[in-house]
Amino acid sequence: MRELLLCPPDHYGIEYEINPWMSRERGAEVAVAQQQWKGLHETLLKLDCKIELIAPQPKLPDMVFTANAGLTVGKKFIPSNFRHKERAGEAPHFAKWMAEHGYEVHWLSSNLFFEGEGDALFGGDALFCGYKFRSDIQSHRAVGEMFGCLVISVELVDPRFYHLDTCFCPLPDGGAVWFPAAFDEYGQRAIREHVRDLIDVLPEEAAHFSCNAVVLDRDIVLPEGAPTLVATLKERGYRCHELPMTEFLKAGGACKCLTMFMPQREA
Amino acid sequence: MFSETIELRGHIIDSLILPKVLDQILTRGANFKITEIKIGKKRADQSFARIEVSAQTSEELDELVLRLRQHGAETVERANVQLAKAPDDGVFPHDFYVTTNQQTFVRFDGKEIEVRPAMMDSAIALDRQKRAAHAVKFFDVSKGDEIVVGHQGIRVVPVQRSTSRTDVFQFINTTVDADEPKSAVIRELGQELRRAREAKGKIAIVGGPAIVRTGAGEHLERLIEMQYINRLFAGNAFAAYDVERALFGTSLGKNPDHAFAGGGHENHMRAINIIRECGGIAAAVQKKILTRGIMHACVKHKVDIVLTGSIRDEGPIPGVTTDVVEAQKIMREKLADVTHVLLLGTVQHSMAVASMLAPTVKTVCVDIDSAAVERAVEHQPLQSIGLVTDVEPFLRELADCLAKPKNAGREK
Repeated sequence: MRELLLCPPDHYGIEYEINPWMSRERGAEVAVAQQQWKGLHETLLKLDCKIELIAPQPKLPDMVFTANAGLTVGKKFIPSNFRHKERAGEAPHFAKWMAEHGYEVHWLSSNLFFEGEGDALFGGDALFCGYKFRSDIQSHRAVGEMFGCLVISVELVDPRFYHLDTCFCPLPDGGAVWFPAAFDEYGQRAIREHVRDLIDVLPEEAAHFSCNAVVLDRDIVLPEGAPTLVATLKERGYRCHELPMTEFLKAGGACKCLTMFMPQREA
Repeated sequence: MFSETIELRGHIIDSLILPKVLDQILTRGANFKITEIKIGKKRADQSFARIEVSAQTSEELDELVLRLRQHGAETVERANVQLAKAPDDGVFPHDFYVTTNQQTFVRFDGKEIEVRPAMMDSAIALDRQKRAAHAVKFFDVSKGDEIVVGHQGIRVVPVQRSTSRTDVFQFINTTVDADEPKSAVIRELGQELRRAREAKGKIAIVGGPAIVRTGAGEHLERLIEMQYINRLFAGNAFAAYDVERALFGTSLGKNPDHAFAGGGHENHMRAINIIRECGGIAAAVQKKILTRGIMHACVKHKVDIVLTGSIRDEGPIPGVTTDVVEAQKIMREKLADVTHVLLLGTVQHSMAVASMLAPTVKTVCVDIDSAAVERAVEHQPLQSIGLVTDVEPFLRELADCLAKPKNAGREK
């Protein structure tokens, strides 16, 4: 059974603009957002996940995106050092919660920006890490040293796909779903060299954050709007659970952004 | 070239960060040298690379390094230069750094500053306000000026051998001895001077009196007429013998046109007197008193004449700078933009000029004494040719070669 951390969207809303998706003028529908989050929560419960909830905090609307709480490997938790001051207030809450739940909290040096599972995803034995918009490449080295694993650092080049989990999703069979144009050519080459079976997502489907999926063995929970990808995944024997995520897309997030694995990988 | 050392750490091979950084350096017109690399042995091991990045300007380098930082490059802090104040006018502090003629940079306040000009046997004065570094001689320094001491924070960039085009200067420290063939080398030199003239280079001659006394003056005049010479550096004697030859047919009493002709030992004194009476060489040409010879050709073809004096001089001829410190300053100024120098039959003057040249200046030394040739070209090890021969056949052959149409007489 996988254990996940979620945060109810009680204080969720578009209160600032720190990515191209956010617009305060086009705010999120509170009731719809609540409903969509509940849909995700229920789906994950049905898929036999153990779900922990952290208490949402006022004035931290993006705390709902727990993937950016940090990165958990075994019992070690590395809290995020957020690039934007708007989100920096989330970090102590997440760190406190993790410490209270028996995790060893290892802070990175404060000069290294790192946004947790949003920019760090295991695929095979390698930890793929995105950099430029949110995390610094220097943070990858520190994370790699802490966990003693191979880190493949890839540069993100499209500001719409500002976190790695918005354009790259490793699969348990060693493959991955990805949107290649979100990476520079070296990043594309590095991913191709380390992932044997890549499923390209169409640009129009990538724009629905189709890569932002929660993978639970053969079950994949992903936002609606990617019929081609869903068909491909079904052909490969995956069960796809498509959920409406429109209100979270307005903040540049979807299923995976709303979820953090505890741990993402055993030590 | 301005340079900075960067370091990359992490899984830079698997992530293709190392090739990305190297490609970015090259695509932005800069260069790199990997000075150290350690590749991780196991899959999870991180790798390390230390890279020296160099760019044409300080701004280009800063911008490039800023971009490379985004990919994890960290700059290596280098020490700044140490400075001490000059204790008195014309006196350097103890342990002052003595320059070479190679391109030199000093690091001040974390930035590299190029020392200008690249001048041998000088000290380096640093102007904090202007963030400028100058090579200075004793007479340039005033009490309290800040002078670089020790060796810390100094980077010297030796001239690299050109790999883009093979020319006659490609052989390091080449000297053609007296018993070796010279025609092919002289032909190649002719081609080089043609290219220099076309490229608006500046060609200087440093001439000894032997040019006049051996009767090679007429060949030098041909080079001047063909506009291969932009500047002439010589002593009082060179000018005196040339005007003597122009006015009386002799130089120091010898007539090169007649075998074993003697007599007229007082002619050079009379010649000097005539020029002094005219008020100088240019005035003598203007008054049509001086109507031939090298000096006459120089005035006619607007060749800059830089005449300097020595203890033994008679006269001197007006226009000769007799204050040696002043002469050094003038010579350095007149050599600043020179691209090619021919040092012909004069040991002391050649060595003085050679010591003032930037290392990129192409230098040819011709002297009958092999030791003189060796000493004159040793300052320009990558850009010099020495020919041990009499200047007269050298100049004759060079002028003949240049008088022919382009490409004529080239070996098939």
